Amino acid sequence: MFAPEPLTEFPHCRLCASAQKQEIALLYNAAYLLIPMESEGEFHAPGIGEFLGLPALFFADTPFEINRIILVRLLAIALMLFLFWFALRKPTRVPGRNQSIAELALGFVQVQIADQILGKDLGRRYLPLLAGLFFGILAMNITGVVPFLNISGTSIIAMPLVLGLVAYVVFIYAGIKALGPGKFFKNSLFPAGVPWPIYILLAPIEFINIFIVRPLSLALRLLLNMMVGHLLLVLCFSATNFFFFTAGGWAGLFGVGTLAFGFIFTFVEFAVYILQAYIFTLLTAVYVQQAVAEEH
Amino acid sequence: MEPTILAEITGNIATVGYGLAAIGPGIGIGIVAGKTVEAMARQPELAGRLQVTMFLGIAFTELLAFIGVAVFFIFV
Repeated sequence: MFAPEPLTEFPHCRLCASAQKQEIALLYNAAYLLIPMESEGEFHAPGIGEFLGLPALFFADTPFEINRIILVRLLAIALMLFLFWFALRKPTRVPGRNQSIAELALGFVQVQIADQILGKDLGRRYLPLLAGLFFGILAMNITGVVPFLNISGTSIIAMPLVLGLVAYVVFIYAGIKALGPGKFFKNSLFPAGVPWPIYILLAPIEFINIFIVRPLSLALRLLLNMMVGHLLLVLCFSATNFFFFTAGGWAGLFGVGTLAFGFIFTFVEFAVYILQAYIFTLLTAVYVQQAVAEEH
Repeated sequence: MEPTILAEITGNIATVGYGLAAIGPGIGIGIVAGKTVEAMARQPELAGRLQVTMFLGIAFTELLAFIGVAVFFIFV
């Protein structure tokens, strides 16, 4: 079955869109005529359409438009908040079962990330932020393998970008608060221990690295891990569907293979979701630590 | 005279590009993980800290592979 993808307009090129629209439409029609129509038996590989241009579910055509991914985000965050509230609503000195699970989870962030990277004092101060980042990202990631939700809340750029911005603001704030603005920027841009002519080369590189690449790389790493994971799963399961129901016959044997792969990848993705939440939080902690260090 | 087409390849060259982009990070992650195992075998008491550093190293290395994926979506 051949059908061209619907012509999606991205908001940033709305100005130029009208001029190009006709041309694109012509091209689409031309391509449509050149490729022979097949009613059955063509496999559609998943693409960017899994993430962008999703139909609106609520509040269409308003700034508060909610599509599938945003609904998943809201659900995940609401569930996470509810679970923590439920577990810690009546804290006692000797924790019950729910409370000790919540304390174990928070203890992981405290021991493995905050204390280990930032030390006791700073770790205590930045623990709420790190725990918030970790569990927020974890909740939104984990929806990628939850049946019926099946997509990560962090798999379009907006959410990772916001989270990256949070980390960016926090490590600059931490540095300025600990050292004062002058010393912080001097430490960052002119690291000690190199002969001065090197600074001509080093300062711009450090500027790009610390103030541009860091937040962007945080955001991109999270986004692309989620996106690629989702595409892999979609590929495995849509191939299974294709082999079983469209291709039929002996091709069903391939379907068994792709189904098994999809099953294995589901577990791999589960591990990746936890790991990415951990790495995002860990890197934020490392950046804060480097910003407040006297000399590095 | 009409040119005779003996063979043609369809599809997107970006797939080859991603294959090339995955070589470097693949080697890099192998080195990071291998060296961590080596170090943990020498000093098992440092295993926790070494693992944290390993994940940091992997995170930086694997970013290159993911930029390879992003390029496909940005430029195609």
